[in-house]
Amino acid sequence: MQAISRLSLVAFILFSTLPALAETPQQIRQSYTSEAAAQQAGFTASAKRGDTFFRQRFAINDKMPACTSCHMDNPMLAGKHAVTGKDIKPLAPQANADRLSDPAKVEKWFGRNCKEVAGRACTPAEKADFLAFLSEAR
Amino acid sequence: MKKALLTLLTATLLGTALPVLADRMPLPADTPASYKAECTSCHMAYPPAMLGAADWKKTMSQLETHFGTDAAVDRKIALEIGTFLERNAGSGNRVAGAGNPPRITKTVRFERKHDDIPAKFWRDKRINSPANCEACHQSADKGRFSEHDMLIPELKR
Repeated sequence: MQAISRLSLVAFILFSTLPALAETPQQIRQSYTSEAAAQQAGFTASAKRGDTFFRQRFAINDKMPACTSCHMDNPMLAGKHAVTGKDIKPLAPQANADRLSDPAKVEKWFGRNCKEVAGRACTPAEKADFLAFLSEAR
Repeated sequence: MKKALLTLLTATLLGTALPVLADRMPLPADTPASYKAECTSCHMAYPPAMLGAADWKKTMSQLETHFGTDAAVDRKIALEIGTFLERNAGSGNRVAGAGNPPRITKTVRFERKHDDIPAKFWRDKRINSPANCEACHQSADKGRFSEHDMLIPELKR
């Protein structure tokens, strides 16, 4: 009994501290990939599809018709907010080590930006593809 | 004589210190990390003194439709940011007139300070929006908004 409660304590500590640790872009992409594979058997993330998605003109939002309206054409370079003019740091982890290190932050920005630019939530497959594109950008 | 000298000294001190103070609005020491983390992705961390408490409250209550953007944050963070903004809010006529949604650029102080800026500057690609303080005020992130500290040469005094 004592052993079980000790074990559950260890498990509790492990699980409660894990989300606080920084994750790698690969780990974050993997969790979207698994989510996508659950919906679509055999799914693998594609940087090429992510690239296409990045440049797609959704034209839902006048000021931000595409991701590139603010993030510009090259994820290795800084962008500029289309409304406020504020500089936006590069999206690619290779150019900006802070990117794709916090899963909650990644999910928050997919949540906001997909709604705003694509006019809908992005699918796990789109997210996995997009992260593959960013991770491979050099 | 002594009194007159003192008055003169006070007036001189006030006269030289006040305009500097008015252009200095650094973020308060108690600024929570969440304020910068949540707000500066899209715009600079505006000094809380630039809006009145009621206007910050209004701003925080409609973050889902924040100037055309969904800027909603979770409840705990909203409370932390909201409390901080209201505690350090500006007061008096200077922050009046913000409207709804409250805009810093509509306040009496902002309009008075910028009433001599020709419209073509606001349309300038380097400026893009009056929300983009740093486009002209190069030390805005350090709370310095002096007209002598301008990034765009045409605007320098």
